[in-house]
Amino acid sequence: MTTLDPAGDFSVPVEPIDLPLPDLVVVLAGGLSHEREVSLRSGRRVAQALRSRGLDVLETDVDSTLVPRLTEAAGAVVFPVLHGEAGEDGALREVLALLGVPFVGSIGSACRVAFDKSIATTVVADAGLTTPTQVALPHEIFRELGAQALVAALGDQIGFPMMVKPSRGGSALGCSKVTSAAELPAAMVGAYAYGPVAVVESFVEGTEVTVAVVDRGHGPTALPAVEIRPDSGVYDYTARYTAGTTRFLCPAPLPPEVAQRCADVALRVHEVLGLRDLSRTDLIVRDGEPVFLEVNVSPGMTETSAVPLASEAAGWSLGKTCADLVSVAAARGGRPTPVAAHA
Amino acid sequence: MRHPWGVESTPDPDRVPMVRRDTRLDSYVDRYAARTHGMTASAIRALFAVANRPEVVSLAGGMPNIADLPLDVVGSALQDLVVGRGLQAMQYGSGQGEQEIREAICEVMRLEGISAHPDDVTVTVGSQQALDLVTRIFCDPGDVVLCEAPSYVGALGVFRSFQCEVAHVAMDDQGLLPEALREAVLALRAAGRSVKFVYTIPSFHNPAGVTQSLERREAILAVAEETDLLVIEDNPYGLLGFDADPIPAIRSLSDDRVVYLGTFSKTFAPGFRIGWVLAPHAVREKLVLAQESATLCPPTFSQFAITAYLRQHDWQGQIKVFAEMYRERRDAMLAGLAAEMPAGVTWTVPAGGFYVWLTLPPGLDSQAMLPRAVTARVAYVPGTAFYADGFGSRHLRLSYCFPTPERILEGTRRLGEVLAYETELLSTFGSPLSPPHAAELPSHLAPGTNSQ
Repeated sequence: MTTLDPAGDFSVPVEPIDLPLPDLVVVLAGGLSHEREVSLRSGRRVAQALRSRGLDVLETDVDSTLVPRLTEAAGAVVFPVLHGEAGEDGALREVLALLGVPFVGSIGSACRVAFDKSIATTVVADAGLTTPTQVALPHEIFRELGAQALVAALGDQIGFPMMVKPSRGGSALGCSKVTSAAELPAAMVGAYAYGPVAVVESFVEGTEVTVAVVDRGHGPTALPAVEIRPDSGVYDYTARYTAGTTRFLCPAPLPPEVAQRCADVALRVHEVLGLRDLSRTDLIVRDGEPVFLEVNVSPGMTETSAVPLASEAAGWSLGKTCADLVSVAAARGGRPTPVAAHA
Repeated sequence: MRHPWGVESTPDPDRVPMVRRDTRLDSYVDRYAARTHGMTASAIRALFAVANRPEVVSLAGGMPNIADLPLDVVGSALQDLVVGRGLQAMQYGSGQGEQEIREAICEVMRLEGISAHPDDVTVTVGSQQALDLVTRIFCDPGDVVLCEAPSYVGALGVFRSFQCEVAHVAMDDQGLLPEALREAVLALRAAGRSVKFVYTIPSFHNPAGVTQSLERREAILAVAEETDLLVIEDNPYGLLGFDADPIPAIRSLSDDRVVYLGTFSKTFAPGFRIGWVLAPHAVREKLVLAQESATLCPPTFSQFAITAYLRQHDWQGQIKVFAEMYRERRDAMLAGLAAEMPAGVTWTVPAGGFYVWLTLPPGLDSQAMLPRAVTARVAYVPGTAFYADGFGSRHLRLSYCFPTPERILEGTRRLGEVLAYETELLSTFGSPLSPPHAAELPSHLAPGTNSQ
């Protein structure tokens, strides 16, 4: 059920932009990551949103035909809506830059840092923002040092409850909340199923919110925070992608100064990680203070995702937001192909 | 008007109304039936989106390989059909199915010892709809359906959708255990439960790959007679044996104790979506009414097309061609498993059909391992899909029906690497990674004799 609160105007003012739109937008979705299904859903929604603005859109998967096709599509702007590896780790964006194809979103090197929770959290913490206590552990370390001793040390240092996550990945895949030492090995293995490094974090109790940052060419702007209340109490894969199982409140019913702090944190994360165009920062608000959990360089755009909600709450249709991002990318153009200095 | 950040907003024609939304992003959420509530997104199911990419060797799906079909024969039969009888073939038809195909179906069933009258056959949209109709006419919410441990995932889905409770019955390498069946029926009835039928796949079981001997079929039927239990016999693969003539169907041993489900999906092609139910006359009357309510009539064109194919082509010879092709793939899979599986992994040796059932060493969890397998570009179905109660994590199903023998060998090689890594993790953490194993529950004994 949707209820409307007529009490206020939560819109975010954005200077109108007047940039030409490209002839074609190539929406990249799918790929071979564990989040392929989510990406396909996001891609469909972005494509439809862009078409609603009169843009010519080509939806395409990532495979061996992509590079020749992009080379032929002169004047196109790429909108990557790939989640998980290859989409968010920066690899594909490096290729787009190499080909000189303009694209929406952050450059490869920034994605590499942002996508890896163990690195991003460190960078964000160094910038003075609050993060959970975190340890990043490749699976080999357990073998070399002995699992029992490490599990015990984790319990001592991080404490229970704790969160175990794959270092790289999204959609809460491989994430578990661990309440006792006995549960930790299975949680570690669950995270290692998605990649060779897992992060173990202190569990932060509080209100779950997510804040999108959009840059329409006038500098990054935070959209209204979305509060997430999963019926099951856990915002896992099922709660994320089964319509009806999670309650979203947008803008989050936070005191104005707390909402401002959340916006500030999301903007600061966007800045310190060198992100571009669009990001979404997941936070827990604990005692009025936002705690950084993770940032997404290619946030979900599905029918049950937060960014489209935030965009609409800001007063902008998803189509308008996406079209503006495309215009900005088109105006920026593609990076020239690097030329080797020496033969 | 000011927004929470205190900046003046600018009116713009692109702006949508600005209100606080409190939403579940599904405006129908309060309207769904109770039986819909369990239909949720699943991370495991989502992984199969990756499994369908060509880079991945999918040993997951049970898609028949129909590449050997004589498309020229099928094409010419379809052309004759459209030109000669198109107006009839494209019209509504009988709710029970067309007389000609029901006669042909009786010919097909005769190969497995069944003597039936076309009047007792009801044509369905694949045997999946047969399952749906049978459950619809027999089961109320809360009724118990007995299923093998493990059982066909599509059947479990149907039973769940009718809010039935599934009780699993143990198997061994000859399939369903008659004594376990008797005990389950008696125990459930003693507990006041309404047991509606036992659902069994006697030949080349999906997913277990095993086949009931004739003696086993007789013993199961004897238990059914003794306990007055209805048997739903699902037989999609019976004609796809590799080494011997088909074993007589359970239905061939009893006219009134068994409801028999068949299909052309594996012996011809699944796209026509034609299956059938052979049922005692009173049940058949109800099935026809249920079918009329569900579809008015099963696809007329498909029925005519299949009838034409059966008339114009050596369909029995074609089934032998299919079986030989599947045998080659089965052999590749068994060779690959023998070469690549780490110690402690066991599997069944199917004498026909599509599937091999693996049992992993204690502590490994096939569901938790699936993301790693997908990363390694190989896919399978975790054993948990084939149990209604979360068991099966130490098992997995491999299909050899669709990939080429070379791809199957590559798939088993990749699976071997995944299992080796998983075994190493298990030894690192030194504690079981999976929930209590099915085999620890007597009712969940699954076949898994080591064939190495």
